[in-house]
Amino acid sequence: MSTALTLMDKLWDAHEVLCRADGTSLLWVDRHLVHEGSHHAFAKIKGRNMTLAAPELTFGVVDHYAPTREGDVAPDIRRMIKTLGDNARDAGIRLFDLHDPEQGIVHVIGPEQGLTLPGLLINCGDSHTSTHGAFGALAFGVGATEVAHILATQTVWQKRPKTMQITFDGALGAGVTAKDMALHWISALGAGGAQGYAVEYAGQAVRALSMEGRMTLCNLSIEGGARMGMIAPDDVTFAYLNGRPFAPSGAAWEGAVAIWRQFHSDVDAAFDRRVILDASTIAPTVTWGTSPENALPISGHVPHGDESKDIRATLDYMGLVAGTALDSIAIDQVFIGSCTNGRIEDLRMAAKVLKGRRAVVPGLVSPGSAMVKKQAEDEGLAQIFVQAGLEWAGAGCSMCVGMNGDLVEPGKRCASSTNRNFKGRQGRGARTHLMSPAMVAAAAVKGHLTDVRPLLQGRI
Amino acid sequence: MSGWETLTGSAIAMPEANIDTDQLIPARFMSQPRSAGYGDFLLHDVRKAQAQHSLDRYAPKVLVAGRNFGSGSSREAAVYALVDYGIRAVFAPSFGDIFAGNAVNNGLLTAQIDDDVAALLFAKMADAETDARVDLAIGRATISGHDIGFDLDPVRRQKLINGWDDIDLTAQYADQIRTFRGARLATHPWAMPTT
Repeated sequence: MSTALTLMDKLWDAHEVLCRADGTSLLWVDRHLVHEGSHHAFAKIKGRNMTLAAPELTFGVVDHYAPTREGDVAPDIRRMIKTLGDNARDAGIRLFDLHDPEQGIVHVIGPEQGLTLPGLLINCGDSHTSTHGAFGALAFGVGATEVAHILATQTVWQKRPKTMQITFDGALGAGVTAKDMALHWISALGAGGAQGYAVEYAGQAVRALSMEGRMTLCNLSIEGGARMGMIAPDDVTFAYLNGRPFAPSGAAWEGAVAIWRQFHSDVDAAFDRRVILDASTIAPTVTWGTSPENALPISGHVPHGDESKDIRATLDYMGLVAGTALDSIAIDQVFIGSCTNGRIEDLRMAAKVLKGRRAVVPGLVSPGSAMVKKQAEDEGLAQIFVQAGLEWAGAGCSMCVGMNGDLVEPGKRCASSTNRNFKGRQGRGARTHLMSPAMVAAAAVKGHLTDVRPLLQGRI
Repeated sequence: MSGWETLTGSAIAMPEANIDTDQLIPARFMSQPRSAGYGDFLLHDVRKAQAQHSLDRYAPKVLVAGRNFGSGSSREAAVYALVDYGIRAVFAPSFGDIFAGNAVNNGLLTAQIDDDVAALLFAKMADAETDARVDLAIGRATISGHDIGFDLDPVRRQKLINGWDDIDLTAQYADQIRTFRGARLATHPWAMPTT
């Protein structure tokens, strides 16, 4: 039937206030999440003497600058956190402040609190807002001017993206995770491969993922260029959300679930592009360069850059020699955390590798939220990390972006469960290798990049 | 913000692919107030790592860059750094989506050019500074003697020329937003946060 629609189109239509003659839509925003970096936007609306259009739909979170270790906090970091607090108070919005028991990374606590629900349009001034699409939401990152616009109007201008379906057929092998699926497709399509598209993930391997895994997969959509990634909600989604503080409850819950079940692409829906991948062939994957597209199976080798000035410059920055086996690359330190891989399942997986073993390099573990932290402590995971010699820190964006001072020193090489291996991302001159939390844990034990699967034998 | 319709100045080439917003402005500068200007932060660490970077030798208004320029973080500060430095237009085969949206809200043109046009310009420009002229009204530019057409949708053109951002443009739709909001609340009670 010609009326068959994709999930993206259904959600788009439900939020479209109007569509201008040039094809740009004005969309209603159900949830707007702000953080310390939103200070430019608050200043913009103050400068115009405007107030928030819908403070009850706006939520503030301290995450990017959140200190994760004890001790003195630098004055500019204190100021950033205080500015958000002042703006939140003046605007009358709920703030998940630094010492709130529900504080954490915005893309971890949104779902954790049930602020993220199927069918919502969710914006945040952060590119990893695509994470929330894991629940069948239309979620995308925006810049400061757009944040100001949403604060002032609760709407956002946006051109309807093209649609891409990425299907992962088959089942993932043991020790292979959503992170590996994401790095796999990004390396296949390129870091700009999904530019202009909204990606919907489908297929057996996606259905088999937990919500944590689905969030990891959708989170990394932006690293392939897609502003939004999404997965149709199902019983796994509903089981995760049931009983969350801001989610509907009682009779309203049943009614909501009945509606949410309609949020899927119709069988005959036409996508602008379809990509089909075989999950069973995906190996634990690591990056070797300074773009997430520079990803290869751990059995691979650093590529030769004879023909490419870009590759030569990348290898120079990374301090790598072409042809080197990836699993022989020695590391200086590890980091486990971030909005990509800082959830309880990520910590459980890393702990499976580390239990009863010692890390031979230093490392930091920063849970994605205070609630994840508490749960990890209750489950005995924190103790495993500490006994392995890693530092167990507080919740926040931490060493993924280094704004709080958790930095990788110049020239140091870090195996990291984060989302960006960009030049200088984890600190000036830092060398980042992206991989799953389990792979990070394995690298910590061996002191070099390594295939986690032998270390997981008998443990999963 | 003031708009612009034509610009005449110089251009430089930065052929690398994937110049992301973390490179355009390292995170540590983002707690600085905008009032002092973000121009010195533009590609700060790349410039410091390289003697005589072309951004330090010249004062271009136009960049010709490799694919996927401005990918990554949504930080609008990357655009502030470009604009405060004096860049008004970037020509590249592709741009990060969020970056391109941020650019037009701050008077920065992001113009898409074909890969072969980019390759031609990179070869001709090398490390030198070259003349550039950009005309938004007709969607054409001359860079290093090459006449280049670029697509610019009418609203983006209007915003750049008039220096408007979206808040200015949305005011006229206030009634429609109010109506939509009322209907959404009435028909989608589950979409409201419960506590």
